[in-house]
Amino acid sequence: MNRSQKQSRIAIAALRGIAGFVVLILAFLIGYIFITGLPNVSWHFLTTPAKAFTSGGGIGIQLFNSFYLLVLAMLISLPIALGASIYLNEYAKDNWFTGMIRTAIEILSSLPSVVVGLFGFLLFVVQFNYGFSIISGALTLTIFNLPLLTRNIEETLSGVSDDQRQGGLGLGLSKYETIIHIVVPAALPGIISGIILCSGRVFGEAAALIYTAGQSAPALNFGDWNPFNIDSPLSPLRPAETLAVHIWKINSEGIMPDLTKVSSGSAAVLVLAILIFNFSARYIGRKVFEKMTSI
Amino acid sequence: MQNQKLAKQLMKKSKTARYERFGHLLSLSALLLIMAIVLGIIVFVATKGLSTFFNDHISFKDFFTGTLWNPGTKTPSGHQAVGALPMIVGSFLVTILAAVVSTPFAIGTAVYMTEISPKRGAKILQPVTELLVGIPSVVYGFIGLSVVVPFVRNTFGGSGFGILSGTFVLFVMILPTIVSMTVDSLKSVPKYYRQASLALGATKWQTIWKVVLRAATPGILTAVVFGMARAFGEALAVQMVIGNAALMPHNLVSPASTLTSVLTAGMGNTVMGSLQNDALWSLALVLLVMSLFFNLLVHFIGRKGAFKK
Repeated sequence: MNRSQKQSRIAIAALRGIAGFVVLILAFLIGYIFITGLPNVSWHFLTTPAKAFTSGGGIGIQLFNSFYLLVLAMLISLPIALGASIYLNEYAKDNWFTGMIRTAIEILSSLPSVVVGLFGFLLFVVQFNYGFSIISGALTLTIFNLPLLTRNIEETLSGVSDDQRQGGLGLGLSKYETIIHIVVPAALPGIISGIILCSGRVFGEAAALIYTAGQSAPALNFGDWNPFNIDSPLSPLRPAETLAVHIWKINSEGIMPDLTKVSSGSAAVLVLAILIFNFSARYIGRKVFEKMTSI
Repeated sequence: MQNQKLAKQLMKKSKTARYERFGHLLSLSALLLIMAIVLGIIVFVATKGLSTFFNDHISFKDFFTGTLWNPGTKTPSGHQAVGALPMIVGSFLVTILAAVVSTPFAIGTAVYMTEISPKRGAKILQPVTELLVGIPSVVYGFIGLSVVVPFVRNTFGGSGFGILSGTFVLFVMILPTIVSMTVDSLKSVPKYYRQASLALGATKWQTIWKVVLRAATPGILTAVVFGMARAFGEALAVQMVIGNAALMPHNLVSPASTLTSVLTAGMGNTVMGSLQNDALWSLALVLLVMSLFFNLLVHFIGRKGAFKK
């Protein structure tokens, strides 16, 4: 074996080592989160409100807030992202205007989330006077979510074969009718996967919410589902600390005695939820596809 | 009579045409809304951030070179104490250090995934990087707080909070970003490059080092810049481990702060329109400008890289 062959062997062994190290990092992270966190998770922990000064508090309200904000943000951002990606993929010509818009979307997707949060604070909390509330948080998360969701949906739309479009146009449908009745349904499995993947990102976001949805979780009356009452879980004008914000908040200034237990439990729940989002995204997309094409 | 009716029908837009127009405008307006949001963010943050200089008459020099950060009070020499240099230095230090540490790991992993063991790469490392991307930043911050900070404290001394802990946390956070983008750029290197090199008698390593990595350099640079942009803008994970003392960092284990950490910690404690508040918005503006700069850099590298092919 000559020198360069030896060199090649050593280098490749080193690359193997590096790759193994990266796997170890993830194994350590996931292991640490679940081993320290899961023992603290119980039905009681998941359903009771947090306690500020004494031990034994849960994350019930925070968990509810996280899901409620996620659903609201998705409801607002989906039509906008769908419209934008339809225009970009179906109507836009390749000119300076399209280029400018693509650059704008790229800029939005690379903005630090804390800047998006501060903009939400300035516009929704202060200017529109919504205060620290669900609605401010949901609108800010929408801004945070739009670029990625738009890109995801656009990719799925561009994956739909042109035969489908020609079929629709050949039957005498207008372009928009073809898009709505043929292209979007054909892309639906991919769109659903994209929505679930984006949900995972939105669910774990905290920096954009600290100054928009607020850092407090007032007690809720789960018997009252009228959105116009301020202590109803559905009220859009109440402050709503989410699970991710809760982890940050108690680690920065929490004083309850079981702080580490609560935060490791919350972290485990948060990561578990995101893992479920990630794994279910492809599965659900495939199921929808099978159902629609009746294979 | 009949003719007139027909003419009217022919002159008018059909229902379908109107529907088409409606759909076209609807999707265009969604796009314009996103455009307006981007412009809105830039204009709002810029107006707020610049008012420190134009309303409160702080000089650019005091802001960018001063080292005392305590808006509302004065420095011993009589200037306003709005020196943002410690935060700017802190931000750049953690970003550059994190990029320096994670780039070799990321490139190594990406090369392993594409050149050495594509099967294992797709089966194990692909999901691993996806999972790492998915872990939220507060969780990284929490692990940093409970694992990295004590480790740094016991190994290197000091309180454990500081640039070094921030670097460790950011290293893991930007690793998957760089890996997945590097993989894409390695995959786009044509197969015949490798075949040609191997046919000339080069070893596998020589092919990787001298051919594949060279050809993929623009893509790898883009990946690293994206990772740096992410590190620069990361707020909570860094804020939790860096110690949050607005001082010039003396060494890697003394408490320091970044633009984002001061923003998240301070914004809630100031009154809108006061100097304290305006100064924070100026930090946000610096953050925004840097983010735009990273974008520009990516475009620039992309154009250069495309030109070479």
